[in-house]
Amino acid sequence: MNPTNILLIPLLPLLSFVLLGLFGKSFFKTKAGLVGCSLMLVSFIIAVVTASSYFFSTGLQNGQYQQLKPFIMPWLKFANGLVIEMGLLIDPLSMIMIFVVTFISLMVHIFSLSYMKGEERFHVYYAFLGLFTFSMLGLVLSSNIFQIYIFWELVGVSSFLLIGFFYQKSSALAAAKKAFIVTRFADLGFLIGILLLSAQAGTLDFLELISKLSTPGDTLTSALATTFMGFSALSWGLALVFMGAAGKSAMFPLHIWLPDAMEGPTPVSALIHAATMVVAGVFLVARLYPVYAFSGAGFVHFIDDIGAFTALFAAIIACTQTDIKRVLAYSTISQIGFMMFALGQVPPETNGAANLGYTASIFHLFTHAIFKALLFLGAGAVIHYVHSNEMKDMGGLRKKMPVTHAMFLLACLAIAGIPPFAGFFSKEEILLAAWENNPTIFWMALVTSGLTAFYMFRLYFSIFWNKEPEGHHHHEKEGDIFLLAPLVILGIGTVVAGFVPFSQLVSADRKPFETELHLQFSIAPVVVGLTGILLASWMYRKHSAVPENLARNMGGFYKAAKNKFYIDELWLGFTKGVLFNLIAKPAAWFDRNIVDGMVKATGSGMEWISYRIRGVQSGKVQQYGLFFLFGIIIIVSVYLFKNVPWR
Amino acid sequence: MNEYLQLMKSELMVILIIFILMFIKLGKGLPNGTLLSLVQLLLLINVAVSFGFNETGRIFNGMFVHNELAGFQKGILSLAVYLISLLCSDWLKDHEHMPEFFMLMLSALLGMFFLVSSDHLLMFYLSLELASIPVAAMANFDLERRKSSEAAMKMVMSSALASGIMLFGISLIYGISGSLDFATIWGSLRNEPLHIMAFVFLFSAFAFKLSVVPFHFWTADVYEGSPVAVTAFLSVASKGAVSFALFNILYKLFPNLSAPWYTLVVVLSILTMLIGNFFALRQDNFLRFLAFSSIAQVGFILVALSGQNSQVISAVTYFVLVYVFSNLAAFGVASVLRSQLGIENISQLKGLYKTSPALAWALALGLFSLAGIPPAAGFFGKLFLLMAGAAKGNYWFITIAALNMIVSLYYYLRIVKLVFSAPDGEQVQEVKILKPVGLGLVICSAGIVLAGIVSWIYDHINSMV
Repeated sequence: MNPTNILLIPLLPLLSFVLLGLFGKSFFKTKAGLVGCSLMLVSFIIAVVTASSYFFSTGLQNGQYQQLKPFIMPWLKFANGLVIEMGLLIDPLSMIMIFVVTFISLMVHIFSLSYMKGEERFHVYYAFLGLFTFSMLGLVLSSNIFQIYIFWELVGVSSFLLIGFFYQKSSALAAAKKAFIVTRFADLGFLIGILLLSAQAGTLDFLELISKLSTPGDTLTSALATTFMGFSALSWGLALVFMGAAGKSAMFPLHIWLPDAMEGPTPVSALIHAATMVVAGVFLVARLYPVYAFSGAGFVHFIDDIGAFTALFAAIIACTQTDIKRVLAYSTISQIGFMMFALGQVPPETNGAANLGYTASIFHLFTHAIFKALLFLGAGAVIHYVHSNEMKDMGGLRKKMPVTHAMFLLACLAIAGIPPFAGFFSKEEILLAAWENNPTIFWMALVTSGLTAFYMFRLYFSIFWNKEPEGHHHHEKEGDIFLLAPLVILGIGTVVAGFVPFSQLVSADRKPFETELHLQFSIAPVVVGLTGILLASWMYRKHSAVPENLARNMGGFYKAAKNKFYIDELWLGFTKGVLFNLIAKPAAWFDRNIVDGMVKATGSGMEWISYRIRGVQSGKVQQYGLFFLFGIIIIVSVYLFKNVPWR
Repeated sequence: MNEYLQLMKSELMVILIIFILMFIKLGKGLPNGTLLSLVQLLLLINVAVSFGFNETGRIFNGMFVHNELAGFQKGILSLAVYLISLLCSDWLKDHEHMPEFFMLMLSALLGMFFLVSSDHLLMFYLSLELASIPVAAMANFDLERRKSSEAAMKMVMSSALASGIMLFGISLIYGISGSLDFATIWGSLRNEPLHIMAFVFLFSAFAFKLSVVPFHFWTADVYEGSPVAVTAFLSVASKGAVSFALFNILYKLFPNLSAPWYTLVVVLSILTMLIGNFFALRQDNFLRFLAFSSIAQVGFILVALSGQNSQVISAVTYFVLVYVFSNLAAFGVASVLRSQLGIENISQLKGLYKTSPALAWALALGLFSLAGIPPAAGFFGKLFLLMAGAAKGNYWFITIAALNMIVSLYYYLRIVKLVFSAPDGEQVQEVKILKPVGLGLVICSAGIVLAGIVSWIYDHINSMV
């Protein structure tokens, strides 16, 4: 393990940021994209070489993957001996993550060459992409919990910059601000959690911290013994750290920023809001997994419930959206919910060793990154083509965009959990883990799977089948090689990623283990998935105007058509009346008014108070003098009359 | 004699610059542009002199103390003055009384130097007055604006009240202990009503200078009315120097009263953060906004001052250094916009990015740092302040402080959002960034980015304590 090589992985995107930020306008101009892409390509190649050499030669020793710290340097020194370090932590988790991040980032870099062509601030866009990639890589490679916080915030800043990239749109700026404030609020909890955990463990280093807080000993005893409002210091620390994770990973009720964040350029949504940044929360919980699994037994159930609820909740909302990026956004929230509750499937007897949930969660993170990036880039290609985000402006695109259509279909099949595509394998493992631990969660997840298949194919049929909307006749070409190549590469990834023997690579105790497919078990999820697809196909493949035409032209078919129409209405009535109006609409309303409103109310409440007290500031100097004296008199009298306690 | 030269080098340097300016003014005079460049050069030398080669020693019968930390603090103040002279070039270069302005500002700086070094109440009082009276005169320097004279009047009258109260406190202390020397006083002060009253009087005067709630009322009017250069000086240099001095008061003069003053500092700190934030939320005048946000920042300094451990002064010193860069970046932009376009309101900043991206970025960076977002230096500044305060174990207090950071984020981001949004209707006109202003903004931005990442700086401060 050569530390310089590994350092290059994050530093090359940083170089891209610095070069393009400083000289982008004057020197590189339209070549900025090529500079960004080539630096990213080199970074990706090094990441692949590093990860494969770790997994296939150096990493595995005595049947367990090693945790290595090839690079460490002291960074901030406090007087009382506390030193904050900067370093790299190499283990299966971080190796999988650098692969995911560099791969998706490279695809997005290439895709953007075509997608963002002609933008006025083309070079700035690439500079920000470089900054984001650097921060994300720094985050996944962090060797201590403070360092991860710094990169965590840096990721937030670059996401802020990229969401607000189209700064001419006021909605984009509002979304950027909202995302930043919501996640910052969560990060406040994270920071306090870090300080608490590190104070208990006496260290900031991940490996030491984990070993101290997940093995019985004095540190653990005292961390459990110190209590605050009925919970131990350890529980508080873990809960607060989870708050940060929930904010970044858009868990209910902190998910409100993610759908709005879709205001950013679509490739950015693919990179940040689908594949990498939003899974940072899952990564964080996975990073501290031994502590959560061993010491936070009660808390793990909470993670479980939050994850499963978020998955279901977001899936229901996704069925009602008409903006295709918002459908994908809610779908992302739902899928991260899957990863989160999978992490919570800790079998009680093994104390976190070699369990399926952990592996399944990271596996799903891996496959989801690929097929969700594909979905977003595909959606980007569609948006690029029809110049709209709304489903009603789309339809019948399968003949005009054959490549996009094929790739989008692959990704939809993958997310619906149809074998042999990537999503099938990872979702299967998650469901199995849930089945073995917590059947309630399993049933919730099964329903969610069905909904997932339904809304994804609703999206698919509305975009590519159905009827072309009136007045929209597009005759341009589908897109150039830069637009299509990433789609095809990700499409291939969607087919092969499921066959990666993941349990051989990543497991909770870093020991490879065998998993097998249980065919009988797979029947239920696949059947549920297929049902969802069929339902969507029935409702959305053809437009409801078709029966009307048929009725006019061919009288014989009239009755059948009407009948179909009737059933269609019935289904629509059921979905609209029951599913949409009774469940989804209230859910969306709850989401918009209560959850969102709470956040807004905090802000406006404070504005109200500030408006009230402004009258005090009158501009009269005599009054100011009077207030000054009053201040002193109050302080002195408080002291004089309450003096006794301090004597 | 040599010892005096060595220990008072920064003070002598400032006096030298004042004399140079006076001779130039009395003689033939120089064209304004040349003079400004000359002053900027001299102030740069002053920064170097203040930071370099600091010895430890006491002179004038122990009235004046100098050591490495005091040298560093004086360096920060000199840096602030240097940056102000760069950033406010637009306004200064056309001002007919520029030499007088600098003479006054340097006199105030001299007062601050003595304040940081004083170990005797008489010296303390004199230097505090020297640090504030010239500022009142400076506040009046926008000669044709009525608001400017009003600001000066308000400042002078309020300061006089504060000084009176402080003198009352000092006389009480003299009555109690029969001495004005820190070293002899502190032992004789105990937790008794009279002693507490003396402390409250002394403390209120400092609270006034720092704009701690409820002694903050003068701040907004004075900030709004004064020329930007003066506002910047007040909110950065003056606040910095007084924070250093307040540390001395709390830890050297009143260590025996630490139980009562801890409660007072905590309560006022919470009030200050809350009120500062609440007012800042609604302000539309940019300078008033900065005034209230700086009140909130002072609340954070008080968080650290309540800490009662060895980390306090290094945290405060580091924070002031970072604050110099962050706040002056914002003030620099405000100054350019006010002198060239007459922009005073935040809503007028809409679409600034479109016409002058450099100013927009500098402002955004400064505001990010003020809001305490990592990896900007402001985050580390706040982190160290909170950690110094947290050592006391009062976690509710620290949580309230941290929640205030989120509130402040809300209004700082509001401005960033405006600056980067598209202009509707009339655009912000294009501005010309003078070379010195550009240099100043580059120094501020570099400081914001580097002061956090380069860990050497905090280590260095820590090693001097």
